[in-house]
Amino acid sequence: MSRYTSVTPDDLREMLATIGVGSIDELFDAVVPEGVRLGREIDLPDGMTEQDVYDHLRDLAALNTSTEDEITFLGAGMYDTYVPALIDMLVTRSEFLTPYTPYQPEISQGGLQVMFEYQTAISELTALPVSNASVYEGPSALAAAGYLARLANRKGRFVISRAVHPHSRETLRTMARGYGVEVVEVPLRDGVTDPDAWAAAIDDDTSAVFFQNPNFLGAVEDAEALAGAAKNSPAVVVGAYDPLTLGILVPPGECGVDVAVGEGQQLGNRLDFGGPSFGFFAATEAYLRRMPGRIAGETRDVDGRRGFVLTLQTREQHIRREKATSNICTSQALNALAGVVYLTWLGRQGIVEIGDLLLQRTAYAREKLAAVDGVTLLHEQPAIREFAVRVDAPVQRVIEYCQDLGVNPGYALGRDYEEFSDGLLVALTEQRTREQIDLLAQVLGEAVAAERGARAEVTA
Amino acid sequence: MADGTYPEDLLYHPEHDWARIEGDTATLGITWFAQDALGEVVFFDPPEVGSTVTKDEAYAEVESVKAVSDVIAPLSGEIIEVNTALADAPETINSDPYGEGWLVKIRLSDPAEQDDLLDAGAYTAQLS
Repeated sequence: MSRYTSVTPDDLREMLATIGVGSIDELFDAVVPEGVRLGREIDLPDGMTEQDVYDHLRDLAALNTSTEDEITFLGAGMYDTYVPALIDMLVTRSEFLTPYTPYQPEISQGGLQVMFEYQTAISELTALPVSNASVYEGPSALAAAGYLARLANRKGRFVISRAVHPHSRETLRTMARGYGVEVVEVPLRDGVTDPDAWAAAIDDDTSAVFFQNPNFLGAVEDAEALAGAAKNSPAVVVGAYDPLTLGILVPPGECGVDVAVGEGQQLGNRLDFGGPSFGFFAATEAYLRRMPGRIAGETRDVDGRRGFVLTLQTREQHIRREKATSNICTSQALNALAGVVYLTWLGRQGIVEIGDLLLQRTAYAREKLAAVDGVTLLHEQPAIREFAVRVDAPVQRVIEYCQDLGVNPGYALGRDYEEFSDGLLVALTEQRTREQIDLLAQVLGEAVAAERGARAEVTA
Repeated sequence: MADGTYPEDLLYHPEHDWARIEGDTATLGITWFAQDALGEVVFFDPPEVGSTVTKDEAYAEVESVKAVSDVIAPLSGEIIEVNTALADAPETINSDPYGEGWLVKIRLSDPAEQDDLLDAGAYTAQLS
C-alpha cells in the first residue's frame, strides 16, 4: 500500500470484499490489460528522511548565484532593481496576500481600488486610455495583444521585429500557431529594426505589427516611424515597453501605438528566480472590448459614494465561455500591487529621475567598456538602460572569468542570436554605482585579455 | 416598453430575430422578447458590409450589461448596410427594436428561405 494514503488494512479488506475480489493484484489483473502494465518497479530513488531532504535541498540551493552574491550587469528583460521595504510591508498584509480570486468581487472594495489605481498608473505611463488589471508576464502580454488583433481584424499575418525579446517572439509563435496566423520576423540593421524590411513586410493581410522599445539589444527604436509604417494597413500596432524608461521616452500612446504591453518586474518586484511577475496591457479605446483579463471600473453607489466594480465582464470566459476574448480570467494582483506601490513611491518626478539616472549610468558604462581593449560597441543607437558590445574572445568563457572575480558582466547574446555570437548584453540599474562600472571595465579587460590568450594557445 | 409587441408585417425566426422583406432585400433585427431578455444593450458589434450571412448562423454580436449574445440570421444574403447609429446609441435596440433599432440590411441570396420563417402569431405562440 502507498504510505501517503490513509487506507488501513481493514479498510482495504472491506473495500475488496465489497467489490468481490481477493486482492489488489487480482483487481488490476481484471481491469488493466497486460499490454499497458509496466511489469516492474518504477525507477525512483528510495525515500529520504526529513533531515536528508533538508541537506539535499540546501546543497541544490547553494548552486544558485543570486544578485546579492555578485555585482551583476545581467538584465535581458528582468532587472536587479531595488525594492523598497515599503512594498513588502504593503503586499504582505493578509488582505492582499491571502485571498483567492473573489467570486463576488464588489465585496472586496480594497482589492478593486488597488486594481483601479494600478490601471490608472499604467494608463498615465503609456498615454493609452484603457489598461487591464495585468496579465501573467511580458511575453504572454505580447502574445495576448496578437490575439486581440486577430479578433479585431481576422487578418492572417503577424510582423514582428527580431529585436523583440526572444521569449516574447517564441510565445507569440506558439499562440499564433493555434489560430493559424503566420509570423514573419523582420531583421535588424545597426541594432534596430530594419525600417525598409519592416515597411516591406506590412500589407493588407497584416493583422498586427510588434516592436520593442528599448529593444532587446538596448537600442531605442524610432517608435513613431515604425508605427507610421503600419498606418495604411489593417494592422494593430503593438509596442512592448520597459516601463521604467517611460518617464523619459515619448509614451506609446503618443507614437501611434494601439496596444502597449510589457514586463512589469522592474516595478517593485524582485527577480525571485524568474517569477512570478506581471505583464501590463494598455490599449486605445477602440480595442476596449477585445482586451484580455479583468478591468476594474470606478462608479457611484446608490448613495452617491465612490466605489469600484469589475467592469466589462461580458468579455470574460466565465460568462462568454468559448467566445471569451482570452483565456486569461485573472490578474497577477499581488505583483501588480507591488507595481503600483512602486510607481507611487517613485512619483511623477521620481520616474523621470530614475530614467535620467539610468541614461547617465548607461552612457558612462558604454564609454568605459568601449575603451577596453578587445571590446567594441555592437551598435551606436541611443540606449537607456542596456547596451550591447562585441567581445574579441569566447563570450561564455569571458563571462565565467568575470564571475569568478565577483562580477557578472551580462548576457551572452549568442544564446538567442547566432549573428551576435560574440555579443554581450550589459544592463544597468540604479543599484550599479560608478565604482562598480569601473570595476566591470577592469575585470572585463582582464577576462578578454586572458581568454584571447587562451584561444591563441589553442590555435597554436 | 412595458409589454411585448410583435408587428404583423414582419417575419420571425425562433432565435428571436425578425426580418422585414422588401423585394430582394431584408432589414434584420432582434425581437422585443430578445432585447427584454438581454437587458440594457451597451454595444453592437456589426459585421462588415459586403460579408455574407447564412440563415440560422450567427452574423453579429449584441452586448448587454448581462451577456454578449450572438445574433442569428433569419435569412441568407450579403450585408449591404449596417446601422451605424447604434455605435453611439446601442440602447436604441431596447427602445425601438423594430424601428431605429434595426441592425443590418441584406440582399437575399435565397428568397425562398422566408417560407421557413414564422408569422407574428406563430412566433408569439412559441414564446409562451
